[in-house]
Amino acid sequence: MQLKKSKSVRKMLAVATTTLLSGVAHSANSSGDNNWEVDSSILYYSEADRVTVIEPVVSMRKNMGDESFLNLRFVLDSLTGSSPNGAIKTGSAQTFTTPSGNSTYTTAANETPLDPSFHDTRSSINAEWGMPLNKTTRAIFGANISKEFDYQSLGVSANFSWDFNNRNTTLTAGAAINADTINPVGGVPTGLTPMSASKATTGADDSKTVTDFIIGVTQVINRTTLMQLNLNIGSDSGYMTDPYKILSVLDGGGNLRLTDPYLYEKRPDSRARQALYWKTVMGFGEDVLNLSYRYYWDDWDVSSHTVEAKYRFSLGEKQYLQPEVRYYVQDKANFYYYNLVDGAIPTYASADYRLADLKTTTLAFKYGIDLDKDSEFAVRVGKMNQTSNGDAPFEDVDATFVQLNYSMTF
Amino acid sequence: MKFGVTILFILTTFMSGCSSWGVQPWERNKLAEKKMQLEPAPLDSYLDAHIYYSKESSSGGAGVGGGGCGCN
Repeated sequence: MQLKKSKSVRKMLAVATTTLLSGVAHSANSSGDNNWEVDSSILYYSEADRVTVIEPVVSMRKNMGDESFLNLRFVLDSLTGSSPNGAIKTGSAQTFTTPSGNSTYTTAANETPLDPSFHDTRSSINAEWGMPLNKTTRAIFGANISKEFDYQSLGVSANFSWDFNNRNTTLTAGAAINADTINPVGGVPTGLTPMSASKATTGADDSKTVTDFIIGVTQVINRTTLMQLNLNIGSDSGYMTDPYKILSVLDGGGNLRLTDPYLYEKRPDSRARQALYWKTVMGFGEDVLNLSYRYYWDDWDVSSHTVEAKYRFSLGEKQYLQPEVRYYVQDKANFYYYNLVDGAIPTYASADYRLADLKTTTLAFKYGIDLDKDSEFAVRVGKMNQTSNGDAPFEDVDATFVQLNYSMTF
Repeated sequence: MKFGVTILFILTTFMSGCSSWGVQPWERNKLAEKKMQLEPAPLDSYLDAHIYYSKESSSGGAGVGGGGCGCN
């Protein structure tokens, strides 16, 4: 009897509190009605002796009450510098044809060949429209378009979520599809044919389709802990080769072969990907730990582990300092070769170091301050290192990045 | 197959814990804070995903949608 009573009191309290809280939420929402939340960021990313990227991003969200919203994100991505062309360094200078076939560039002896004609500007727009379907389910529909001088991407997505278990558990399911087109400078080179000013091509452009599905569960563990588990299954089909990358072909003596020493790379035209992703957010007083792990694997035999941790130290009420660390280790694709050997040319081959056994370590710090009730400024500074984790002796990539964030509501 | 069973086991364990985990509606004050959200800084996540997509051979996991790039 007593148990029954305490249960009904508990129920009444729950109803009363929910009503109170929903009232608070509504009043907060109504004060936020017709307001825009603007989140902006500019990234400066620079690799030693290689590419430099400047990337401003503006994200604008309009809350329309009842949990409906429209979110627009604009990105401009400007890239300059040199990128490895895939050839190995040798004891003598090497001369390469540019992708257009109109000129050449020379790499000095004992230096990693870098294509200096690397430049690009990418602009992209992403729109998301979120809405409640009923009291416990929501949907977010998205569309995106991006354009580079040699690449276009067009995509749509839909994500659904369902709250239950007193809103402590959320199931999510989503799907996205992207249709991309590439128009490489000088045409699409035929895979594994010689690099030359009059290269063999398969046409002026090619395309690929990228499809993704995701299911996930998010669980409130207790008053200060939240956990998420996702399974992402993806499928790519079409042209996935990098049209600007080549491979060196060595003779039996370990020297560049005399005839056609460089071949254009060629990758498979399909890829099945999976990723299992786990994340937790834990509060410790005013501090917050954000920890995630991802296991990724695909049918190119690439598999990887990614661990990321961020710890937000509160510095009083308005400021915080957040050290961030990320570690990534990857097993190579089954068609990765540091170089090819004359007489043993495989069906697929790439010397792109991003497909090799590699590890990436990133360390960053973020400092944020609330300027007033409606605006916040943050700066994030970090260093990234990529190094070989196998036999391929490619050079390390060292990058520095600085990111400035400013967000406001008006 | 073995991996599928492992995933199923992890999901089942996770889901079976759901009934004992959780909070009452009046205990959500901390979880409602922006810093306690799964994506407290969406632009940081967006820019990181863009950098790593163009420097590594793995992608996905955290979500779907958002667009592609040439990223040579």
